[in-house]
Amino acid sequence: MSSAAAKKPRPKYLSLSALLFEIRLPAPAWVSGLHRMSGALLFFPFAAWLLYLLDTSLASEQGFAHVRSYLAMPIAKLGLIVFIWAYAHHFCAGIRFLLLDLNKGIDLRQARMTSYIVFAASLLITIFFAWRIW
Amino acid sequence: MVSRIVVGAHYGLGSWLAQRITAVIMAVYSVILLMVFMTGRPISYGVWRELFSQGWMRVATLLFAVSLGWHAWVGVRDIVMDYAKHDGLRLGLEVITILVIAAYLGWTVQILWR
Repeated sequence: MSSAAAKKPRPKYLSLSALLFEIRLPAPAWVSGLHRMSGALLFFPFAAWLLYLLDTSLASEQGFAHVRSYLAMPIAKLGLIVFIWAYAHHFCAGIRFLLLDLNKGIDLRQARMTSYIVFAASLLITIFFAWRIW
Repeated sequence: MVSRIVVGAHYGLGSWLAQRITAVIMAVYSVILLMVFMTGRPISYGVWRELFSQGWMRVATLLFAVSLGWHAWVGVRDIVMDYAKHDGLRLGLEVITILVIAAYLGWTVQILWR
């Protein structure tokens, strides 16, 4: 091993600001990173929030009415839209990963194209449901 | 050419496969539930209550919840292993994750079989 290589600190961890502003990540990297982020958000807090909504809405007629008026508030609708985006992105990106596991779409051009399809599909799903609930 | 003998208990492969199978189960449930919402009657309390009083819906939802718990365990553990380098912190986060999953499952059963 040469001494020049030995002096370089390895592995090199990139800061969040470097990831966001200094280097340009390819589209598949964004699909992967957002898949992880949306997964974490779905696990907490969204799963707990949805269980609370399911619990209250099924408990009684008043509970159902309470959930209905609660979800009519703009802040709750905003939360619902973030949830829908996270679910849609996690769903679409997940299907892409399942196909990648089956060796479908693994060459660079296809991998980039399917990444853009994932972004577009999850955004369209989000816009559609945002329009439905608002 | 690199030739090596793969040893170990292959826990990773089992987790990887479980995450994919549970993903498919949740995807199917999601599509079915979405179709119920989109094509069914407008959701009133009676309709909502009746939907979750049916045996198939309770079992399907429980299956979804168990899949979610297993899937999330593999996923959150991956995240924790990537970012939490301190052993004690990692163990703590993993224990919290297990407790949250257990709480979610208990809550789900409580809601479904009230």
